[in-house]
Amino acid sequence: MADRPTLWESMQERRYSRRDFMELCSYLAAAAGISATALPSVVRALESKPRPPVVWLHFQECTCCSESFIRSTHPLVADLILDRISLDYSETLQAAAGEQAEAARDATMAKHKGQYILTVEGAIPTEDDGVYCCVGGRTARDIVTGAAAGAAAVVAWGSCASNGCIQAARPNPTGAKPVHKLLSGKPVVNVPGCPPIAEVMAGTIVHLLAFGRLPELDGLGRPRAFYSRRVHDTCYRRPNYDAGLFVESFDDQGARQGHCLYKMGCRGPVTYNACGVTRWNGGTSYPIQSGHGCLGCSEAGFWDNGPFYSHLPAVAGFGVESSADKIGLGLGAVTAAGVLAHAIATQVRQAGVIREHIESSAPPPTRAPGEPSRGEEGK
Amino acid sequence: MATRIVVDPITRIEGHLRIEAEVKDGKIVDAYSAGTMVRGIEVILKGRDPRDAWALTERVCGVCTTVHALASVRAVEDALGVKVPPTAELVRNLMFCAQYLQDHVIHFYHLHALDWVDVVSALKADPRKTAEIAQKISRWPKSSVGYFSDVQKRLAGFVESGQLGIFANGYWGHPAYKLPAEVNLLAVTHYLEALEWQKEIIKVHAIFGGKNPHPNYLVGGVPCSFNPDETNAINAERLAMVVQLFQQAAQFVEQVYLPDLLAIAPLYLEWAGIGGGLPNYLAYGDLPTNGFDDPVSFKLARGAILDRDLSHVHEVDGRDPAQVQEHIAHSWYEYSDGDAAAKHPFAGETKLKYSGPKPPYTQLDVEQKYSWLKTPRWKDHPMEVGPLARMLVSYASGRKDVQEVVDEALQVLGAPVTALFSTLGRTAARGLETRLVARWSLEFVQQLVDRVRAGTAATFEGVRWDPSSWPAEARGVGMTEAPRGALAHWIVVKDRKIDNYQLVVPSTWNASATARGSARPTRRRSWAPRWPTSRRRSSCCGPSTPSTPAWPARCTSTMSAATPCIR
Repeated sequence: MADRPTLWESMQERRYSRRDFMELCSYLAAAAGISATALPSVVRALESKPRPPVVWLHFQECTCCSESFIRSTHPLVADLILDRISLDYSETLQAAAGEQAEAARDATMAKHKGQYILTVEGAIPTEDDGVYCCVGGRTARDIVTGAAAGAAAVVAWGSCASNGCIQAARPNPTGAKPVHKLLSGKPVVNVPGCPPIAEVMAGTIVHLLAFGRLPELDGLGRPRAFYSRRVHDTCYRRPNYDAGLFVESFDDQGARQGHCLYKMGCRGPVTYNACGVTRWNGGTSYPIQSGHGCLGCSEAGFWDNGPFYSHLPAVAGFGVESSADKIGLGLGAVTAAGVLAHAIATQVRQAGVIREHIESSAPPPTRAPGEPSRGEEGK
Repeated sequence: MATRIVVDPITRIEGHLRIEAEVKDGKIVDAYSAGTMVRGIEVILKGRDPRDAWALTERVCGVCTTVHALASVRAVEDALGVKVPPTAELVRNLMFCAQYLQDHVIHFYHLHALDWVDVVSALKADPRKTAEIAQKISRWPKSSVGYFSDVQKRLAGFVESGQLGIFANGYWGHPAYKLPAEVNLLAVTHYLEALEWQKEIIKVHAIFGGKNPHPNYLVGGVPCSFNPDETNAINAERLAMVVQLFQQAAQFVEQVYLPDLLAIAPLYLEWAGIGGGLPNYLAYGDLPTNGFDDPVSFKLARGAILDRDLSHVHEVDGRDPAQVQEHIAHSWYEYSDGDAAAKHPFAGETKLKYSGPKPPYTQLDVEQKYSWLKTPRWKDHPMEVGPLARMLVSYASGRKDVQEVVDEALQVLGAPVTALFSTLGRTAARGLETRLVARWSLEFVQQLVDRVRAGTAATFEGVRWDPSSWPAEARGVGMTEAPRGALAHWIVVKDRKIDNYQLVVPSTWNASATARGSARPTRRRSWAPRWPTSRRRSSCCGPSTPSTPAWPARCTSTMSAATPCIR
């Protein structure tokens, strides 16, 4: 451990000043959602911790998480992988292939047993002994179980690893399961999203680096720093919802004025993510800002919560104080009456729109009665 | 006696690919590529709302994100008879261009370059000489001695730490790496710059589609709206950002990517005679300038070339049941009428049926089924798809701008047209295509601004939006060009739901199993797309690792008798 440079040392080598270092620490603290009073501990952590090794595995996935990761604007991914972590296995970026790649991974796991961070991108097929995803002749399940044993922490990147995502959508032909369902006795940080926002991924790593411990998680294993707010509650179009101003058809007059996309199927009211705050691609935009409803891609089972263009039965009644732990349960249960109550309680400017809105509120067509409102990733 | 060597995982790609090769007297005599992961997305699509399919299929690949969404909305629009508004077509073209610019640069620097560029050698470079070279080949401003010196120091600190991270266990120092240390330093510097730059151009996707990877698409148009007098729509500020992003992209391509490519290529000229692969090329084409139903208007032409005969471009029709067909003789699937059948995607079937060895395994039985990739054929021919196929089809179709950049590059390198049929030609084609796309993107963005100015910027055709307006049964084909090659989706809609959905993706063209049951090498050789080209997997994206210099090095270390001389 001692031969690895600390972040402070590597910054000194790059001729940064102590002041730059302190500024970076306060920035990292802010990015990780850490209060100013905790800053001294961040500084100590980054001064004393050497670059931790990271093993990044790929299973049933599309690599959108890796692609999102390299979009990070703060910190820049080059700075992250050259100066702050040691990315010792990454099928997307590493130079070596085949046996050499596996040797690099195995060497890290042996040398840094109990110290490396295991990150997983992708779900793991469990049907038919896992033959649906093999790497180097071994099943995904075999590999992840072995790699998790000596890991200091496990991070599940994206919805595939967090909740199964697309391969776990009905009928889940390969028995795909998320990481936390297969590892016992290991805390798993779930960072859902298809993909997660780049700065949320980088921010999660920064949190681990800064404190040497897992971030505070909600009941679904997600860092509270990024998943404690509904997209609906942080949406800049929210006032349109409250006022009953809705897009009725894509590119209609309402769409051109940025009205609420609820009627076009927006899942913002039932989706916990940082899109409305952090936004995407360096804060450029997010789906709703660009005219399309939220697909709910950070929520378990979102693929089976469609069709995407049928709007939710009703979503009113949840305040911003609602916890992530409660929300998934409520979706199917609330009725059109909720919308009515919400409409009455709001400063209604367009009574006609609201009336029509209520009349057209119907249960989502695909969910059968009694079916769980939150998707089931395993079979 | 041939020896079997295995490379698995193939890295710097998307998905999971395995290569098994027979080596005899230090040369590869036969080789097999296997996709070792499957998700069953075609199965999952059944019974869903066709308007949702773009979102599901987009998740086939997150490296070449967007292209599956585009193929999907086009398939549904084809089935329902929807013609999208010209402004929406322009936005789709700009999304396409942004994807190509980002992805081709990523492919060159981050996926491919480590097979040509020796990272560790860059430590020995004289930064002054690197600066001289950089200033000689380009006007790119970041080219001072101090700049390259700083990068070198940073790299030195990284290497000295003993933690090589993504560069661990590379073939650094192997004689197959031909670049002088100074050029290696230049390339490593641009590796880092390109990594930082790629996150910028892709903001075009965030502006029009809300996010990247996986921006939003829409059947009937695009989801964004234009309104010059509204904060909450695409207005002058958003358009100015798009213009600037494409201008900066064009500058990066002209001043960094292309000069690097032309500086590196002459040192690897022997690769103009290696890696030719198949003699057949297929391109569906894209970038319509007069609607997607008019392929003659495409910037990238549609067509097929057989036996490297550039004097004749064959017409390609996705609906013709005799053209595109998929085989499963060596793939882990089952057909209801026997596995020897070849099926057009409208009649395609996807039933997973694993019959390979029980994991953990060391070798696949290539006489039997050995891959999750189906095997597509065009009129029974194996075809190469990708940048080279597109450039060749456009060149042979008489696209003037394509001919100009290709001829110019060949002249600079002093190479004949036949040099294109090679690993080097494929790499050059990707760069030249990027140059063209950068130029075209500026044309498209100007046309978009003109349309907004003229007040003709409708982005959605909703006449077939409501499922009650759909026929009881409909079928459609959606074609596009993924950065890795020809991509098409076939959809059958019945009773307002997806009845069948089949994707034939670039990786299946380029990296599939052999087509038929014969085990005799001579026959197999005539069918198999072995050592073709870009090696991508069912979900599509990666560099041509096995045909690049590190590949012989890999053989060497795996098997001491091998020599770096594989063709």
